[in-house]
Amino acid sequence: TKLDDSKMAGAEGDDSLYPIAVLIDELRNEDVQLRLNSIKKLSTIALALGVERTRTELLPFLTDTIYDEDEVLLALAEQLGSFTVLVGGPEFVHNLLPPLESLATVEETVVRDKAVESLRKISQEHSPVDLEVHFVPLVKRLASGDWFTSRTSACGLFSVCYPRVSSTVKAEIRQHFRTLCSDDTPMVRRAAASKLGEFAKVLELDYVKSDIIPLFTALASDEQDSVRLLAVEAGVSIATLLPQEDLEALVMPTLRQAAEDKSWRVRYMVADKFSELQKAVGPEITKTDLVPAFQNLLKDCEAEVRAAAANKVKVFCENLPEDSRETIIMTHILPCVKELVSDTNQHVKSALASVIMGLSTILGKDNTVEHLLPLFLVQLKDECPEVRLNIISNLDCVNEVIGIRQLSQSLLPAIVELAEDAKWRVRLAIIEYMPLLAGQLGVEFFDEKLNSLCMAWLIDHVFAIREAATCNLMKLVEKFGAEWAQNTIVPKVLGMANDSNYLHRMTTLFCINALSGVCGQEITTKHMLPVVLKMSTDQVANVRFNVARCLQKIGPVLDSSALQAEVKPVLEKLATDQDMDVKYFALEAISVLALA
Amino acid sequence: TINRGLSDVISTVEFNQTGEFLATGDKGGRVVIFQREPQGEYNVYSTFQSHEPEFDYLKSLEIEEKINKIRWLPPHNPAHFLLTTNDKTVKLWKVSERDKRAEGYNLRDEEGRLKDLSTITTLQVPVLRPMDLLVEASPRRVFANAHAYHINSISVNSDCETYLSADDLRINLWHLNITDRSFNIVDLKPENMEDLSEVITVAEFHPHHCHLLAFSSSTGTTRLCDMRARALCDQHAKLFEEAVDPSRRSFFSEIVSSVSDVKFSHSGRYLLTRDYLTVKVWDLNMENKPLETYQVHDYLRTKLCSLYESDCIFDKFECAWNGTDSVIMTGAYNNYFRMFDRASLRDVTLEASREVCKRRAVLQPRRVCVGKKRKETDVSVDSLDFRKKILHTAWHPKENIIAIAASNNLYIFQDRMAPNGHHNTPEIQSAPPK
Repeated sequence: TKLDDSKMAGAEGDDSLYPIAVLIDELRNEDVQLRLNSIKKLSTIALALGVERTRTELLPFLTDTIYDEDEVLLALAEQLGSFTVLVGGPEFVHNLLPPLESLATVEETVVRDKAVESLRKISQEHSPVDLEVHFVPLVKRLASGDWFTSRTSACGLFSVCYPRVSSTVKAEIRQHFRTLCSDDTPMVRRAAASKLGEFAKVLELDYVKSDIIPLFTALASDEQDSVRLLAVEAGVSIATLLPQEDLEALVMPTLRQAAEDKSWRVRYMVADKFSELQKAVGPEITKTDLVPAFQNLLKDCEAEVRAAAANKVKVFCENLPEDSRETIIMTHILPCVKELVSDTNQHVKSALASVIMGLSTILGKDNTVEHLLPLFLVQLKDECPEVRLNIISNLDCVNEVIGIRQLSQSLLPAIVELAEDAKWRVRLAIIEYMPLLAGQLGVEFFDEKLNSLCMAWLIDHVFAIREAATCNLMKLVEKFGAEWAQNTIVPKVLGMANDSNYLHRMTTLFCINALSGVCGQEITTKHMLPVVLKMSTDQVANVRFNVARCLQKIGPVLDSSALQAEVKPVLEKLATDQDMDVKYFALEAISVLALA
Repeated sequence: TINRGLSDVISTVEFNQTGEFLATGDKGGRVVIFQREPQGEYNVYSTFQSHEPEFDYLKSLEIEEKINKIRWLPPHNPAHFLLTTNDKTVKLWKVSERDKRAEGYNLRDEEGRLKDLSTITTLQVPVLRPMDLLVEASPRRVFANAHAYHINSISVNSDCETYLSADDLRINLWHLNITDRSFNIVDLKPENMEDLSEVITVAEFHPHHCHLLAFSSSTGTTRLCDMRARALCDQHAKLFEEAVDPSRRSFFSEIVSSVSDVKFSHSGRYLLTRDYLTVKVWDLNMENKPLETYQVHDYLRTKLCSLYESDCIFDKFECAWNGTDSVIMTGAYNNYFRMFDRASLRDVTLEASREVCKRRAVLQPRRVCVGKKRKETDVSVDSLDFRKKILHTAWHPKENIIAIAASNNLYIFQDRMAPNGHHNTPEIQSAPPK
């Protein structure tokens, strides 16, 4: 007993039809935004039409609407993935296949991928019978399509139907996958290679060995670099599926070959997937094969490969089998690392600098002091600011093992140099590490060596630096407390209120905005407020309206008597200012602080 | 008008992979696509404006709309895709057909008049009805802001996902789906521009090996780079260069040796290079001298001085292989173009001009003579028209059909004989006036 929803809707009168009619008409509006809007509300249209008309009229129309803009098609492909209930439930889900099939053949990769994603989703809603009657034939059609676009889409659909079909169909699916792995076009072979691991996971182990391994071997020696490099990732997935005793014979020869491939892009891929690879092959093969392979990657002639490998140094060492970890690192890895510290390429050095500190926790105090510390010190003096920054940003690892004091003598010049770097982005980066450094170096060291830097940033000529510097002060106060602030920072900040440069005077106000909360009511009322109020007569309008904004900001920290007696008259005066911006912000402050 | 005439001048010609389509680009930034009809003729299939003139306000430079190169992508789906470039910006175009149109609105009739709302009692879903075939060209990607100098070449990689764009000093590698970044793979820019000694004139990917690319320079060398070896291909794998006899060196030696075009053979084994006076075939396995050298117009060797003064010496002639790599073709002056049969070593000079090219007529060979005329049909060197030049030519990938651009005319010639017939009696198939 099916209800015809549209008649019901009609019976309610035109009013309820109208919005839906607009939506339907806008499916073909000239304005792409309106079409997109309609497609995004496709479920509303379908609901109004009812399941029957959705199946017989709406879906056929959508199936042929593949001429549209990518963003419309993308939205359509996504919508159809959750449309099952709107066509009448799982019993009718196969009605969604035709539009998704045509979307799976368009040239735009993102649209195809989304259509495949939706097809994968609705495949689960097919009964085993429907899967074989409707879904599998669609996969076969795509797999043997004339255009590579449809064949690439097919690659992503095998793994979702394979587990739920009969053994005859399974054999056919395996055959189709084999065919696509040796397709004429590199695009299809790439799609097959990227889905090989996923497909292997749903296959029976015997077929993994008899079917997948030869495909893997073939793709890993494809003439196209772009195919071979995708086979690396598949190799990792396949290795996790096979019992340890089969790895050596079935997977390792190919992976070894990949690690020594003529193309740096393939070797880069091996380096990039090294941690996954290490997990997949287990400790024994790691010791015998991966350690020498890793050494080679760290010494590779292409900097991109060395950088990718350098990025993995810490994780690789961490995951080495515990019994031989230290020996392997000391005898095999560390010598390579030492060379990388003075690499000719700055990306390699900075990749290494971002992980090298992590080795100290693995190697312990003595080794760190003897072997790693000299390397850190070299990197702290590196000509490339990024290398130095990466070392400084990871100081916490070393701090835990040997304490940061060991480094402080070299650290200081490095920090000072970065703090004064000509590139403002470098200065910005080091400011962000200041609170961390302050915490680790302690208040005494900070006051002595770094405080003056932090204050100097407040008068930097780049606004972003001044802004970061104010934020930095707030974080420092959070660390060192209000009393410290009152003694060291606040006097200097307030002193700037008399500066002849109005930008510096505004910095005082911005600092007060940031500091009043962490410094508390007493300091704010006693020291900061008088300065702010005094600045309300500044000759520069920008300063005056920032006074109003500042008062609004610090108002909640003050008690009501100060607000009424001191803040209110000043804001009222500012509200009559000649400058309209000053007026505006004064009135806003009055209303927010409820002083009217 | 004169301006209109200039913007019509064809600046590039290119067949697609099957030869069913032929694209031309012109100085006015337009692209015209021709489709081969079942009976063999090429007719206009689609015309669109690919590039518009622009102005770079930062550098105070005008950017011409002239299409420098067109390259077709391998077929994806029923639509066709091609890359077009001017001096600065590469664009990916989709040319597709549409033969259905949606009909049926709820709130208005087909003429667009609003319907009386009270008459609407049921919802109507639009239906698609057949209509006359419509060919649409739509821009799919714009690859901009990656070239400081003028782009001279684009080439699609055999991996079908990347392509290169080359300017005077750099070659960039792009992914066809990514427009906001490209990788610099060759950089010839010296730290001090005063040390500049050569510029890149043309670059092309190998037809089958995704990792190989060739680029030529103004010094007459062609370099082969292996992208497997390094991310930056500044160090070449091979350098193809012929030693010049020092005694024959002159002021013009370097100018005339500048390579104006390089083309891999379809087999991938050979390279064809064109310099001012010759075309050369190089074996990828032999770097020190070309396998074959063909004189295009040796009689100009004594006229270099006046050609220099008229700037003609800097003309960039292109060259082409036939489908089986057995014949090569390149352009010359006076609307002449030359063909060389590699096996028989026979060569021929033909003329593409409106006067001699009557439909279905057979082209007669031309001869340029230096001294006294031996035959009445001979043409004296002194009477050659250097303003009429054939720079852009293309050969159908499989059949003996050639496309010749002469100023604003496109000539398509077809071999009258069976496929194994000789190439030197082409018949005019069509010469669509533009």
